[in-house]
Amino acid sequence: MSHPENASEFLKDQAQAKWHDETLWFVRDKRDRISKTIPEWEDLRNLASQIKDNVLANLGPYLEQFEENAKKNGVQIHWAKDGEEHNRIVLDILKRHDCQAIVKSKSILTEECHLNPFLEKNGIDVVDTDLGERIVQLLHQPPSHIVLPAIHLKKGEISELFHEKLHTEKGNEDPAYLTQAARLHLREKFLGAKVALTGVNFGIAETGEFVVCTNEGNADMGVHLADVHVACMGIEKILPRRKDLGIFLRLLARSATGQPVTNYNSHFRSPAPGRELHIILVDNGRTAQLAREKFKNSLKCIRCGACMNTCPIYRRSGGFSYGSTVPGPIGSILSPGLDMKKHSTLPFASTLCGSCSDVCPVKINIHEQLYEWRQEITKAHGELGKGLSMWIAAGIFKSPLAYKISGSLMRKALKTLPDSLIYHPMNAWGKSRDLPEAPKESFQQWYQKNRS
Amino acid sequence: MSSREAILSAIRGIKLEPKPLPEIPEFGIQGEIEATFVQSILGNKGEVLSQAEFETWLTASNHPKLISRSTHFSDLSTISLPEDPHQLNDLDLAILDGQFGVAENGAIWLEDADLGLRVVPFIAEHLVIVLNKKNLVATMHQGYERIGSATSGFGVFIAGPSKTADIEQSLVVGAHGAKSLRVVLI
Repeated sequence: MSHPENASEFLKDQAQAKWHDETLWFVRDKRDRISKTIPEWEDLRNLASQIKDNVLANLGPYLEQFEENAKKNGVQIHWAKDGEEHNRIVLDILKRHDCQAIVKSKSILTEECHLNPFLEKNGIDVVDTDLGERIVQLLHQPPSHIVLPAIHLKKGEISELFHEKLHTEKGNEDPAYLTQAARLHLREKFLGAKVALTGVNFGIAETGEFVVCTNEGNADMGVHLADVHVACMGIEKILPRRKDLGIFLRLLARSATGQPVTNYNSHFRSPAPGRELHIILVDNGRTAQLAREKFKNSLKCIRCGACMNTCPIYRRSGGFSYGSTVPGPIGSILSPGLDMKKHSTLPFASTLCGSCSDVCPVKINIHEQLYEWRQEITKAHGELGKGLSMWIAAGIFKSPLAYKISGSLMRKALKTLPDSLIYHPMNAWGKSRDLPEAPKESFQQWYQKNRS
Repeated sequence: MSSREAILSAIRGIKLEPKPLPEIPEFGIQGEIEATFVQSILGNKGEVLSQAEFETWLTASNHPKLISRSTHFSDLSTISLPEDPHQLNDLDLAILDGQFGVAENGAIWLEDADLGLRVVPFIAEHLVIVLNKKNLVATMHQGYERIGSATSGFGVFIAGPSKTADIEQSLVVGAHGAKSLRVVLI
């Protein structure tokens, strides 16, 4: 299904769509307010952007340096070309430890690699431990937002779900009560898992360490109880120096949810005594994106989700309408690089207002890349309907006489044409849009009468 | 060719323009450091106590299983650190010394040596971190300067109790980890 089709599904429940829109705008507003308390906010964004530029320009050497240092620290490093290889590496580690059940903390990369269905097919019980992720997992849904995975759900739905799966009281919708129930349910899982999986927010080339940020503490509960910690890391997550974290941790949570920092920011350098620590470095299309001069900047993304919260389209169409692991504006420039045909409608799911670029903490020119992808997609697929009308329009705009005549014709025609012709299924613009009343005269005619 | 070689050689094959790595300038904060730190902890849903307030609170509350690794309150432990972290599942209270705190966001730095077992500050039902007022810095930049090139296997910035807002954006304190954070400033 295309983005417009999915979006109209989402908009059928108008009350829910309105709540979604307003709630994300509230998060965006929190981000604005906290960013204005930091006088050097724009300097931080510039620095973060420059550091990431430097990372992308030296990605190979930094990855080798990261690997070398991590190995010195006793960490086992794996490399995966694609999602399939990543999943196989995880399964091999699980088999070696005779592990049937794992706990996972939020990792968008493992979603991207479709790790859960792969492990489940191989008889492994996978439990997502971030509360929002656990909720959508119990519903057999993917997350609809990269930071707020269950933002598309109302507490009534979660209460129903927990009543069925966790035997909570029927009709009790109190978030504190439901969270406590999840705490007890997941505590059992943490205590029972031999292997814990996490994502990686930042990997430091200089030290070989990596950083994981959560508010719930679920990543730490998992890995410090398990014998084996497997960290899945996209190759673009590298930062050169430890002190660069000062910049990025100041930006990340403020941009994501408007809080000054996440409550837990864990720095993993080496395994605890007697334990194992693995890092899987995953490409999965990232080197291909790096080679696309116009789009490589999308790899600077630190997955804060600010562009989603601000996007007028995302807020009004929901994360699922994008049909890609990373939704919203950033997803719409990342996903076509992975599969242009499947994601061909995404770069058009934007007003090109540029708000995404304005809030991006690493200053990715998201809206410009959306525009560039439109050119690429139109070149590759072409759109007959739009192509023809654009060709006619080009002819009209070229000739002043044709412009004058067509204007006067249209003003008359719009009044007399039946609605069935204007709101014809072939005319995508007619959907959910009312044409304004056509004026009696053109601006030129009005001007001559009134001002000349 | 191994995947490692395949990825690295794919990167080598891309013509990439050099981009300099910027130096990070000095950034400070506008307010007074201790007051800002206290405000940050409160904002993160933690509490800040003086030593006297803490002692009053501790006497009034009941924590059958308590581990204190703080040098200021070394004789409070009711159990010793087990070998297996799973045995800490019913730990009621952990009292730890923080190395330094960051005023701009309330983040407090702790390393392996401060924790004993890495799971301690997460699995404990309630967490107390003791911090010397002298060890407050303004921003994360000064924080990383303090950490320097330390080589602890694990280090963590803790800024508040475990929390979530995943159900309709309603803030709930006590998701998986400690249900409260009390910072004792001495």
